[in-house]
Amino acid sequence: MEGKQSQVVLIGTWASGYCKRVELALKLKGIPYEYIEEDLENKSSLLHHSNPVHKKVPVLLHDGIPIAESLVILEYIDEYWSNVAPKLLPEDPYQRAKIRFWANYHDQKIMPAIWHIALSQGKEHDKAIEVYHGLLKVFEEGIEKDFPAKSPFFNGDSLGFLDVIVGTVACNYQAFHEVVTVIFDPAKHPSFFSWVTALKEHPLIKEVLPPHDKLVALMRKKYCQSPKA
Amino acid sequence: MAEVKLFKTWSTQFGARVVWALKLKGIQYEAIHEDLSNKSALLLQYNPVYKKVPVLVHNGKPISESLVILEYIEETWKQNPILPEDPLGKANARFWAKFNDEKLLPSIWSAFTKEGKEREEAMGAVLESLKFVEEELKGKKFFGGETIGLADLVFGWLANLAPVFEEVAGLKILDERYPLLLAWQPEFSEHPIIKDYWPPHDKLVIKYQALYEKYHPAK
Repeated sequence: MEGKQSQVVLIGTWASGYCKRVELALKLKGIPYEYIEEDLENKSSLLHHSNPVHKKVPVLLHDGIPIAESLVILEYIDEYWSNVAPKLLPEDPYQRAKIRFWANYHDQKIMPAIWHIALSQGKEHDKAIEVYHGLLKVFEEGIEKDFPAKSPFFNGDSLGFLDVIVGTVACNYQAFHEVVTVIFDPAKHPSFFSWVTALKEHPLIKEVLPPHDKLVALMRKKYCQSPKA
Repeated sequence: MAEVKLFKTWSTQFGARVVWALKLKGIQYEAIHEDLSNKSALLLQYNPVYKKVPVLVHNGKPISESLVILEYIEETWKQNPILPEDPLGKANARFWAKFNDEKLLPSIWSAFTKEGKEREEAMGAVLESLKFVEEELKGKKFFGGETIGLADLVFGWLANLAPVFEEVAGLKILDERYPLLLAWQPEFSEHPIIKDYWPPHDKLVIKYQALYEKYHPAK
């Protein structure tokens, strides 16, 4: 785009995978942005004004106009800066449909399952882990079946839509293991594990992920639990 | 062999959105009616993850999840678009579609299935949500502007099913607090394309009455 520089502002919180995925997308495309850290215990009037419906992060402000919901924001970024490589989503409608399907599965099935593990105890906790493993297996096998060419990422060496979504959540697994419980077994989910391992090495993912110790401290405070024996 | 097949039931609101989109774009399709108590092998093959309807099959390629299907239809058949061209307009439509499916619908379902305080709280959430939806209609005939768009198809249940919830469960969803939504309802339901596929009110009442009794058995 020639001429006037777009003003891009991202309102987020440093530990949120949903916010990190937006940051990663902006960095991947080299889009300059201003970042505003939100205090969710004391929500700003900017957040109230920009996302009155949900009052949640992330919110992208583009030339002052707010866009909320991380998956909606990612598609917006890909469409507005459609001439800026890399493309997060492919051109083909069927490929796009498959990617959207698994993005929704991840956010609507896998994410709540992870929360449930973190917030439950005893028998419920054990059951939650079982449920999560089942969902992850479906996700892993589904991705393998639908995207046989993925190697190691959806755009070869370059990150695609699902890499961005999964990477900013899954790559924190060591913090989760330390604070909550070990849920992620390479033997049980070899192809998912090798994908996440490759994602962890990507320089931009390394750049956006929160520091391990800081994340562990936050998670301890949040879940406030002793080890779940 | 039909190029486009749609697995659905007669009553599914999620399936209705897809039918309306296909009809708006003039796409011929073969409807395959599923008995959800006895799912066909084909449905299980095409949607192994959720085993639900609707499923669109285009030239043998299955697509599941109604919002994913709507985007696929929009991107495959460019005539009579249901999304605007500009990325911001698209983002806005998608935001409201998600809002309906992830916030509004779960609340209304809670209100339908629960009792007492839980039902009250769920209805409170519905009415709060509807305030935002009402505002989105300001200055517009449809959520899509002058023509029906993605958000209209997704909110379509407010015209087709909400009156059924009122009759069966006494849930007053759209009333004088929402004048724009009340005006939108007949604009949507009387649109010739939409009208042509309209899960019948009386049949829906019978179905949801039976369902209501299941959740609220006589003591």
